[in-house]
Amino acid sequence: MRTPRRRVRGLGPAHSGTGHFWLQRTTAIANTGLVIYFVFLFATLVGRSHAAVVATIGQPLVAILLLAAIFSIVIHMRIGMQVIIEDYVHGEAAKITLLMANTFFAIAVGLAAAFAVLRISFGL
Amino acid sequence: MIEPKTHAERPLSPHLQIYRLTITMVMSIVHRATGAALYVGTILFVWWLFAAGNPRRFETINAFLGSWIGRLILFGYTWALLHHLLGGVRHLIWDTGRGMEPGEREFLAWATLIGSGTLTVLVWLLALMLRG
Repeated sequence: MRTPRRRVRGLGPAHSGTGHFWLQRTTAIANTGLVIYFVFLFATLVGRSHAAVVATIGQPLVAILLLAAIFSIVIHMRIGMQVIIEDYVHGEAAKITLLMANTFFAIAVGLAAAFAVLRISFGL
Repeated sequence: MIEPKTHAERPLSPHLQIYRLTITMVMSIVHRATGAALYVGTILFVWWLFAAGNPRRFETINAFLGSWIGRLILFGYTWALLHHLLGGVRHLIWDTGRGMEPGEREFLAWATLIGSGTLTVLVWLLALMLRG
């Protein structure tokens, strides 16, 4: 026997529908390219002199790609950690606290990294 | 006194006596573990980027990253990143409905593991060569 109950009503119990799924996939696809670029950039820059690193990151294209990577990675890691918290933390208070801390951490990392890149770009 | 038997002596799910790890299980766990490690690892990246604002502080972090423990962390960081990347591509393949048959799953799992190890070594060999 099939009843209409088998169908999800509205956006489902989490009230966000497939939003999480699509955001996860979109940032994942963006990250594949950006992370490959980032790995090579970082591997060739790490250990180099301060002047060389600043000169490379200061180039507009490098800075823009880094900012794009930071933006996409921070969203991806936030919703990824959200799933880990939802899987393992069952107490309502602890879960809500950790989910908020997760959001704050992701925003702090994103802002700090973006600030550091822009500071280098603008030669401050 | 003998206890009456109230149930048939069949193995209980999940059949712990015949339970064993499979490569797909391990890769699933490693995908999540590398994701969590990379989450924490962003602190290292932000620290390095921030230090670039000050030449003297930059020399300090460079010295640390150049030490054997620093190199070990960077090598592990690169591997975690590439492993999570390849594991993610595996999931994207699964999203299209492909690669889920027996044999295909195991192939993808091993490809993730061997691929990430190989790529990590290649990246650092290339980086060292480019630096001269």
